[in-house]
Amino acid sequence: MLRCGYALFWLLGSVLLICVVSPVKGEAVVTREGSHLKLSESSHSNESQHGHSSNITGIPIISFKWHHVETPYLVAFWVLVSFLGKLVIEANHHVTSVIPESALLICFGFILGGMIWAADKVQTFRLTPTVFFFYLLPQVILDAGYHMPNKLFFTNLGGILVHAVIGTCWNAASLGLSLWGCQMGGAMGDLDIGLLQYLLFGSLMAAVDPVAVIAVFEQVHVNDVLFIMVFGESLLNDGVTVVLFNVFDAFVSLGGPKIDAAEIIKGIVSFFVVAFGGSLVGLVFGLLISLLTRCTKNIQIIEPGFIFVLGYLSYLTAEMLSLSAILSIVFCGMCCQKYINANMDENSVQTVRYAMKAFANGSETIIFVFLGISAIDKVIWVWNTGFILLTLLFVLVYRFIGVFFLTWILNRYRLVPLEFVDQVIMSYGGLRGAVAYGLAVMLDENKIKEKNLMVCTTLIVVYFTVILQGITMKPLVMWLKVKRAAVTEVSLLEKLTNKMFNHTLVAIEDISGQIGHNYMRSKWKYFEENWMSWILMKPSARKKQDQVFDVFHQLNLKDAMEYVTEGERRGSLEFVRNENSIIDFKKKSESESFDINNANMSNDHGAMSTTSRDPIPSVSLEMHEQIMKAVREAEAINAHHLLDQHLYKSRKQHRHRFSRSHFDINRDEKEVQEIFQRTMRNRLKSFTSAKMGVKPPKTIVKHTQKEQQQKMPNGKSMDKAKTSYSGDEGSEGDSASGYDQSYMRATYRAGAGIENPAFMPDLDPMDLLQIPPWLGESELDSSMVALSHRAQVDLPRTPSNLRRLAPLRISTRSTDSFTLENIPDTQQMDSDQLQPPPPPPRPPRDDGYV
Amino acid sequence: MGALQSSPGRPEYSDLAEKTGFSFEQIGVLHKRFKQLSHNEETLRRDHFNEIDDLAFNPIRAQIIEAFFDRRNFHQNGEGKVQEIGFEEFVVVMSHFRPPSAHMTEEQRGKTRREKLRFLFNMHDTDNDGIITLEEYRHVVEELLSRSGTLEKETAKCIADAAMLEVASISVGHMEPDEFYEGITFEHFLKLLERFEIESRMIIRFLNMDTTTLCK
Repeated sequence: MLRCGYALFWLLGSVLLICVVSPVKGEAVVTREGSHLKLSESSHSNESQHGHSSNITGIPIISFKWHHVETPYLVAFWVLVSFLGKLVIEANHHVTSVIPESALLICFGFILGGMIWAADKVQTFRLTPTVFFFYLLPQVILDAGYHMPNKLFFTNLGGILVHAVIGTCWNAASLGLSLWGCQMGGAMGDLDIGLLQYLLFGSLMAAVDPVAVIAVFEQVHVNDVLFIMVFGESLLNDGVTVVLFNVFDAFVSLGGPKIDAAEIIKGIVSFFVVAFGGSLVGLVFGLLISLLTRCTKNIQIIEPGFIFVLGYLSYLTAEMLSLSAILSIVFCGMCCQKYINANMDENSVQTVRYAMKAFANGSETIIFVFLGISAIDKVIWVWNTGFILLTLLFVLVYRFIGVFFLTWILNRYRLVPLEFVDQVIMSYGGLRGAVAYGLAVMLDENKIKEKNLMVCTTLIVVYFTVILQGITMKPLVMWLKVKRAAVTEVSLLEKLTNKMFNHTLVAIEDISGQIGHNYMRSKWKYFEENWMSWILMKPSARKKQDQVFDVFHQLNLKDAMEYVTEGERRGSLEFVRNENSIIDFKKKSESESFDINNANMSNDHGAMSTTSRDPIPSVSLEMHEQIMKAVREAEAINAHHLLDQHLYKSRKQHRHRFSRSHFDINRDEKEVQEIFQRTMRNRLKSFTSAKMGVKPPKTIVKHTQKEQQQKMPNGKSMDKAKTSYSGDEGSEGDSASGYDQSYMRATYRAGAGIENPAFMPDLDPMDLLQIPPWLGESELDSSMVALSHRAQVDLPRTPSNLRRLAPLRISTRSTDSFTLENIPDTQQMDSDQLQPPPPPPRPPRDDGYV
Repeated sequence: MGALQSSPGRPEYSDLAEKTGFSFEQIGVLHKRFKQLSHNEETLRRDHFNEIDDLAFNPIRAQIIEAFFDRRNFHQNGEGKVQEIGFEEFVVVMSHFRPPSAHMTEEQRGKTRREKLRFLFNMHDTDNDGIITLEEYRHVVEELLSRSGTLEKETAKCIADAAMLEVASISVGHMEPDEFYEGITFEHFLKLLERFEIESRMIIRFLNMDTTTLCK
């Protein structure tokens, strides 16, 4: 595994080198062609000029137009490279279990950056704020909001807000002031940074980064409350950071003397406007999405798109209004999750979920890789030991102080206080990430002379927190014995108790006359159920909105699934079905006879019968039927799915491409026939190969007829059916083509269940024109289930197989179908004897049976 | 019952405080609420509870009100129902929902946990035979789901049955078809809700402030 990983890694490296070199070549060509372009680091400008400068001399058959595709090509290529990097990293589990993936991705970025640097002598690629804030960040945050555990979040909202607002302000102010103080004290030499600029720097360093936090905490699995505190804070403090950053940026532009009380008050006001405005925009868009999904029934294929597009629009709208874009998209996701999950089709919900994760995970990967790449750039590296080390120290220390102080205050009001170890992890989890870097790059070099020092320090802080703290996080969590998240399994009892419990708490609050969380929650729930759901949810979806029922449904499905797997394990789905129907029948008759016996009992025989038949286990019996009911429906789907997957699939899937909006299973007669014939051929091959061992059917040694006939007596000692083909062991392989043709000729009734090609093998050439008995019964068409894939591979030809399949015979495949199967063999034998007969060497394994 | 005077002073509170763990202020607030509910009478009857408006939406209202009149919840090893309760019983029942104190030994934690779960168990076990039978459980679940409006009674029954079957499979293990699981005992109940952090969840914030004016 490891070596494979390395190999891949080097492959990747060499591919990458080619990629890096090729733009250089392209540019070199441009210069040689006489256009007066220099090798410049921005390759965009070349594109247009190149187009003009090339003079056409004739029609080129093949032309190499690198600049034509350069930008999208590079984008796609970088995405590919980042993904491959992730693939390599994730292949080594023992590495990722120690070092978090984000840290590894950054290191991967270092290597890539080094390669580019070596090839190019200048860093062509780096993470620009535009790309980061417009194309990479939104989906990560949307995903976070969409998958937010709402109840947990709002229960802890107070604590989260305190940390996000006050904590961030504290971090910014303390860092800025302390650095300024240190400079005054002469700790870092001669730097041209004023107090306001320090505060600006402090404000961009203050925010805990959501991307980094998700990446690290995801792998640690701390308990829910701790996670939501850190994660919620990292999401919400963006509003604060953006405001602080903008305010200080404005102050720096204004210059110290012009700042008066009015400006400061404006700054504070703008904080509330930005934060609440952003959230409001998000809520509006969230409601819009919910409303839209109410009526997307007819365009199911693109309905997942609405969530992404509107989510992105909410981000952009907030950005346009200079409100907090991150808050906007978080609240958009949180607000719509419940309603779209209820409104949309199950498939669309799954699509949204997966696509969301794919986007988020993908851009997270790219972000970390590019954070690494950006480091390898000589331009930004300005070393100032004092500044960098002091920043690191202050970031860490003030985070600890802030968290402990704020939690101390909060704990006086919390019902369940945060423990000491939780506080340590919260402080230690204050990871800085790409947001800080993006903001640092956005600084204006004209106003801030030491921009590069700040960028470089930011990068070092990011690397320190993500790599070092990320690696040590897990051991720390283990060492401090932080309560970990319990692996929860849905259990109906727990769900019920939970629900009961919530109602009890509300009731007790009502009775005792306290207004607490539960009181508020129940009021909100009442409002939500009666108004919000009514407006935002489809009427049909509203019915299914019960968590308990949901769990019930899920568990039922799970049971059904297990049932099917169990059946499959035993060889056939029919087994399951058959047993099912038998039990059902028995139960039906039982209850009927019971009813007759107790005719004088009340009509409510469901309840009555259980109570009066007390010694019989009421729970298990009743339940059995309930579960059976659910199983039967789910099983039909499951079985169908299973068959679809395991049996024939080539043609049907081609079909999808023709239609973008319908997933109909095709019913074209010709195609159906083709499927049928192909399946036949496949089946036949598997028959013969199963029979001949692993040998392909054509390798048949020639035998004399006499030899073959000599074998006959051997076989005759066995029962008749066996004799009929024990002498014919190999001839069938030879006649495969003949068989095939006869199948080809087969006229097949379309619509008799072609979606399930496994039925076909039971057709015999002689029977082809008449409808086989088991297909003739119309209701079997839907209810009959064929052999599972496994059972199908080794088919009942050898006597041993015959014995193995004995239980199958009581299943839907009727006994006559079984005997029918042997008939062609006898006939085939006759025809074979007319042809040059190729009796095979007996496969050694057969001797044992004779 | 009804041992307290209508206007108890601090001394009367002190043994209540000792018994239930509430602070004097909290008891004072609760006493005010008690008088508000009982219209200044010594005792509370079931009709008084039925008058609480907010409670009207609660699907398991009946169970909760019964819990207040259940001798088992009074900490005195009694059984059966009473018709009216005094302030002391009221506070004792309330004390099941008191947040645990910050410094608790593991043993105390276990004890609170047991008490809280016992309260929950008693809400299910109406005939007080120490077993939640299927009938009893079904009844509770039907009530619980009755307000959601979208689930039929039949579904509620199915859900109760499924939950019961789940319980049986967890606590007994594999069952033969002719075996009979009679119901959930308290020991099973404890085991089933092991992961349910009841000691940190079955709590209500009892304020020292008087909010009765806000909340009718």
